[in-house]
Amino acid sequence: MRALVATITGIGQGPIVFIREAGRHLLFLLSTLYWMPRRPFRFSQLLRHLRDVGFGSLFIVVLTGFFTGLVFGFQMLQAFRRFGAEALVGPATLLTLSRELGPVLTGLMVAGRSGSGMATELGTMRVTEQIDAMSTLAVEPMQYLVVPRVIAATVMMPLLTAIFSATGFFGCYLIGVGREGIDPGVFFYETWLALDPDDFYEGWIKAAFFGAEIAIIASYQGFTASGGARGVGEAATRAVVLSSVLILVSTYVLAELLDPLIHSYIAFDALPK
Amino acid sequence: MTTTTKPETTAVTAPDAERRERPMVEVVGLRKRFGTREVLKGMNLQVMRGSVLVILGGSGMGKSVLMKHLIGLLQPDEGKVIIDGEDISRLPAIELKRVRRKFGMVFQNGALFDSMTNYENVAFPLREHRKDLKGKVLDDKVRELFGVFSLNPDILGPRFPSEISGGQRKRVALARAVALDPEIVLYDEPTTGLDPITTDQVDEMILDAKRHLGITSIVISHDIASAFKIADHIIFVYEGEIVCEGLKAEMLSSKHAFVKQFFATWAQKNL
Repeated sequence: MRALVATITGIGQGPIVFIREAGRHLLFLLSTLYWMPRRPFRFSQLLRHLRDVGFGSLFIVVLTGFFTGLVFGFQMLQAFRRFGAEALVGPATLLTLSRELGPVLTGLMVAGRSGSGMATELGTMRVTEQIDAMSTLAVEPMQYLVVPRVIAATVMMPLLTAIFSATGFFGCYLIGVGREGIDPGVFFYETWLALDPDDFYEGWIKAAFFGAEIAIIASYQGFTASGGARGVGEAATRAVVLSSVLILVSTYVLAELLDPLIHSYIAFDALPK
Repeated sequence: MTTTTKPETTAVTAPDAERRERPMVEVVGLRKRFGTREVLKGMNLQVMRGSVLVILGGSGMGKSVLMKHLIGLLQPDEGKVIIDGEDISRLPAIELKRVRRKFGMVFQNGALFDSMTNYENVAFPLREHRKDLKGKVLDDKVRELFGVFSLNPDILGPRFPSEISGGQRKRVALARAVALDPEIVLYDEPTTGLDPITTDQVDEMILDAKRHLGITSIVISHDIASAFKIADHIIFVYEGEIVCEGLKAEMLSSKHAFVKQFFATWAQKNL
């Protein structure tokens, strides 16, 4: 009987922990939004984090984007060759990169690099009482430490995504034009025909959302870290795992939400007058 | 329960006199629980303006938790924390910011911002709250603070906290804590890890702050000799309760088993 109760308790514990943690993240987000419009605005901190998130993640984003474009172009060519539609490899790659793969893979890269960095830095500040010290100096840590990080990640993610898509497209160009011998004019013309600005907007909106998500999760994990170096390490791991999983889940939810909005607009626009 | 020293008054107006008469810090029925463990069990305390209260007790007895309540870093489950006549126990974060301007706090390990140099650490509260101080004036003020704590701003200022000794870190933390001329300074083990000369300097600094600036000091300490030297009032905390209070005589004559053992061990080692 006792074992049964323990099993049922164990099963129930998971959802309880999940709901409690989700609620705490939400409260943390609300607190960030509360402090965001309040003075003083931390421009120097914002610039620092724009640099850290943006420039700091640039190399890894370019590298990942380039090789994703290369391999994506390579595999697409195998498929399109069957129909003699090799020229469509450009638009197919760019469409996928700009709408889905760009924001998702950039998000995963930024979560791994900047998200873990944020959680580690804030976690160390927490366990060494630096965050408490900041409070005692009448400086609000949410406003000083979290708000600039959230804004920086939200602003930089769409830019990094655009760079990811551009380098990916370049990789695809090298495969399609350089290796397969597709005419560059045809390659670019097919891409221009197939893509709308809305395809990019959708990716950028998703990227901005992922940026906020990464910064909130990483900051929350850092703020709630405890137990010395080990606790900080665990906070960084949790930040990366949670934000990566949430990116993969929310990209689908966002696609469902954004697609009808964007495409109903396009369909309405394309109706014969 | 009440500390004794009150600063000498000059010609003061009626509201000023009233303000001076009331406790600077008052704790009423303070209770705090973490999970199933009750850390503070209905604590009552008064600290008069311009006096030095020393909190003694073993590790993990609730001293630091009490101090974090005083500055609003923790909210009580029950009871009140009244600072200069204002109950801060339920204040929203934005209001707490205003109250915290009255405080300076020196943490056990300094809690200096490790991404900033020592100079930037001391300048931080001034840059945040004293917008009138800029350029040379700000620099002079920071250098003055370094000087007060026998720190060389040219040598130690550009270094990071990780590049200086523990004692120097503590003094930089002290300089940062008093940069805004607070009315109350909280010290969490200010002399732990310091050599006897520096310990004595810190003690003198706390006494100077009381004598010359009328600063109220609340000190958590394990350094009994320092406690006897600087305190106007001592409380001994054991398992979330005040089990003994007074001065040296009351501490040494306490009938409480843990207090007796605490001072007996100290006496064996030091007398």
